Amino acid sequence: MTTYLVKNVSVLGAEPTDLLLADGVVKEMGPGLSAESVSSVEPVETIDASGLIALPGLVDLHTHLREPGREDAETVESGTRAAALGGFTAVHAMANTEPVADTAGVVEQVWRLGREAGYCDVYPVGAVTVGLAGERLAELGAMADSAARVRVFSDDGKCVSDAVLMRRALEYVKAFDGVVAQHAQEPRLTEDAQMNEGELSGRLGLAGWPAVAEEAIIARDCLLAAHVGSRLHVCHVSTAGSVEIVRWAKSKGWDVTAEACPHHLLLTDELAATYDPIYKVNPPLRSATDAEALRAGLADGTIDIVATDHAPHPHEDKDCEWAAAAFGMLGLETALSIVQETMVDAGRLDWAGVAERMSYAPARIGRVDDHGRPIEVGAPANVVLYDPAARRTVEAAETASLSRNTPYAGMELPGRVVATFLRGKATVLDGKLT
Amino acid sequence: MPAPNAAPDATTDDGRTVLDARDIGRALTRISHEILERNKGASDLVLLGIPSRGVPLAERIAERIASVEGYDVPVGSLDVTMYRDDLRMKPARALLPTQIPSGGIDGRTVVLVDDVLFSGRTIRAALDALNDIGRPKAVRLAVLVDRGHRELPIRADFVGKNLPTSLVERVRVRLQGVDDVDAVTILGSTEGEGA
Amino acid sequence: MKRHLLSAADLSRDDAELVLKTAEELRSLADRPIKKLPALRGRTVVNLFFEDSTRTRISFEAAAKRLSADVINFAAKGSSLSKGESLKDTALTLEAMGADAVVVRHSASGAPHRLANSGWVRSSVVNAGDGTHEHPTQALLDAFTMWRHLGSLDGRRVAIVGDVLHSRVARSNALLLRTLGAEVTLVSPPTLLPVGIEGWPVETSYDLDAVLPKADVVMMLRVQRERMHGGFFPTAREYSRRYGLDGRRMATLQDHTIVMHPGPMVRGMEITADVADSDRSVIVEQVTNGVAVRMAVLYLLLGGSQPAVSTEGLPE
Repeated sequence: MTTYLVKNVSVLGAEPTDLLLADGVVKEMGPGLSAESVSSVEPVETIDASGLIALPGLVDLHTHLREPGREDAETVESGTRAAALGGFTAVHAMANTEPVADTAGVVEQVWRLGREAGYCDVYPVGAVTVGLAGERLAELGAMADSAARVRVFSDDGKCVSDAVLMRRALEYVKAFDGVVAQHAQEPRLTEDAQMNEGELSGRLGLAGWPAVAEEAIIARDCLLAAHVGSRLHVCHVSTAGSVEIVRWAKSKGWDVTAEACPHHLLLTDELAATYDPIYKVNPPLRSATDAEALRAGLADGTIDIVATDHAPHPHEDKDCEWAAAAFGMLGLETALSIVQETMVDAGRLDWAGVAERMSYAPARIGRVDDHGRPIEVGAPANVVLYDPAARRTVEAAETASLSRNTPYAGMELPGRVVATFLRGKATVLDGKLT
Repeated sequence: MPAPNAAPDATTDDGRTVLDARDIGRALTRISHEILERNKGASDLVLLGIPSRGVPLAERIAERIASVEGYDVPVGSLDVTMYRDDLRMKPARALLPTQIPSGGIDGRTVVLVDDVLFSGRTIRAALDALNDIGRPKAVRLAVLVDRGHRELPIRADFVGKNLPTSLVERVRVRLQGVDDVDAVTILGSTEGEGA
Repeated sequence: MKRHLLSAADLSRDDAELVLKTAEELRSLADRPIKKLPALRGRTVVNLFFEDSTRTRISFEAAAKRLSADVINFAAKGSSLSKGESLKDTALTLEAMGADAVVVRHSASGAPHRLANSGWVRSSVVNAGDGTHEHPTQALLDAFTMWRHLGSLDGRRVAIVGDVLHSRVARSNALLLRTLGAEVTLVSPPTLLPVGIEGWPVETSYDLDAVLPKADVVMMLRVQRERMHGGFFPTAREYSRRYGLDGRRMATLQDHTIVMHPGPMVRGMEITADVADSDRSVIVEQVTNGVAVRMAVLYLLLGGSQPAVSTEGLPE
């Protein structure tokens, strides 16, 4: 394996220093390292990282890789390639595949596909209920014991709306330190809902998705988790009310974590006025007030992590009228830039905070050991080199994903991932996949 | 812009006045008599003015006929916008009123009335419009001004004034009711006006 | 005027008045022996109807044919399952056939916007009703009907009664009437008013009896009995009792007040037979006016090299 000598890089925005990535770990760290001082039989490649920032490899707690079943939209290979380009070294693949990842067999298959592709570690998420049908628990224990070592369980795409079933799941996962990640969407209040319910939905004639459908479930689940002494993770928080409920739950000392998606930090429901389904997503884009509350919540830690909810869809599922279109947006390749735009450049979070929200905390929640570690000597060499001064225009056609449904096409965003290292192996160099 | 031979009493801005209010009145009176003469009376006549200015002209002719013959000739208007041959050359134009008198035009003598006869295309359009409304016994044309330069084989039966013009000139008719004054003036611009 | 007519909000006051004036001229065409004008000769108008609607389609068809346009009718059952492949592929086929205008009715709100903005077709797109969003030509013919009976709409009070939440007619009318200077009051049970309606340029009321005596126009919207199953109102009987227009309520109207309905009516539900058939009711005339208004829209969009540029206002 090639040894990489990264010169003059600013780790988490600190004073520039040098990093030596060798044998899969951060071998040395400090100023003035040189190729000569490295005793190595492997080739040494020097990277001039002046002006770049080093972050720990990003960990996504919420991604859709679509394989098995929807390989027309994405495969584990293409999705992890997109992840690497986005600076991720680990992704959690959601279970709403075909077949659903509700058995040890399917989760092991996904895990293995990730290892074979080699761009990013894949941690499969196990379904909470069989077939995501919300009727009975899947074999959570078998999935936990499998080679995939599942720790995060979610019916994402659907809500575990039955209160008793949610209680049982919260209790059951305690046996293996698992966590239930809830997709909070009261199904009856959101039947055939299309966009955030508000003045705009009334004017556009699109069925509204009320904020209370998300908030009511979150409140219920926080209380349930506290009652049975389990931890709860809330997927894609999207409303100001949800942020407040999570803040309240944390203030009681309850073990509740929450995530926000980049699109909810940046975009608002006004975009639906174009009727372009590229903006159709679950949960829907909300108001400017909600987006602001999410950014504030992410800054003060009420929202623990950023997760992409990368949701690829084939062209025909988005190139149609709104009501017929699928919900979801791409996210892996643009996440870091959007966090820079909405949080770092806006002065609400520094790079250390980004490392916490996008690497350390997601790894903790997912109980992932070799990712989400601070960059220090001895740690696995899962590192991202990022140029915050660059600017780029997002081109839909240039994504590594098999799908093109990015809402940022044509938008100029800050920053660029220059290199990504997965256990010391470069998956991305000079902004391109290796 | 070459100034046409200006009459001593006309300002250059407004062009050269060739017919004032009294000239117009006399011309209309003469036209009204000619119509009656040709038609041997007022029966079966229908006057249709082509909007905008053909309409007040038609009304004035009807008034004169009424005072001479004691007979109210039906008066109406015929908008030709949709029959224009240059419809597709400009943005869609607003329609002007078409009001056919209640007796219709079948078997009657229709006298089309317009302010200026020029290329003849407006009248051609009017004939097409009439064709879709009914079958007159005869169609005649009365115009206040004939400025020449016909592009189609169309001629007026009754003419207020023959006004030879050059193509760079513009004939401007103003009538009380539509404008604030009765006057026919010639201006030096290149945009042609009228039929 | 804009190239497409997707929403009543696409029309400025001048545009709207131009449509009404033009419709007035075209209305008399129905009295002529030859009910045809050559203005759209050689133009092709496609009726793309994904939702069943014989009356609206026939209205547009008559309008196009009276202007001598060629008409192609495409009726497709666009279910939510067949997705947008129907819409896009159909649109591409029509484009290949050289349509100048596409009149589209679809069950999905925003489908005409997709057609107009997707680049699938170059023709003018006329929204003939999309989901619960808008129905601009209906609003135009409603305004035209009101204008013929009441003159200028400035300051006129229009009450629109019924299932506003699901009504594209209500949305388009609220916008257009506001543009023309009228004051709109929406009357409905609270369950059938959309969230955020405070932001609309309208008044709202839950009390029909209070609104009727002040109204110059009462427009009744269709209310489907099936809405009962969504819990929007407990029974059809309760709905009629509280929000139906019957003879007793009709007697509280001012002498000049007219009663309108976009059709089709659910007699006995939102309107009783004696009201629908009374002298105040202009419901049948609305249909006639529909053809003239649609002729006006098609002419103003397609009759020239580009859509009409409006200037003056309405005569009184």
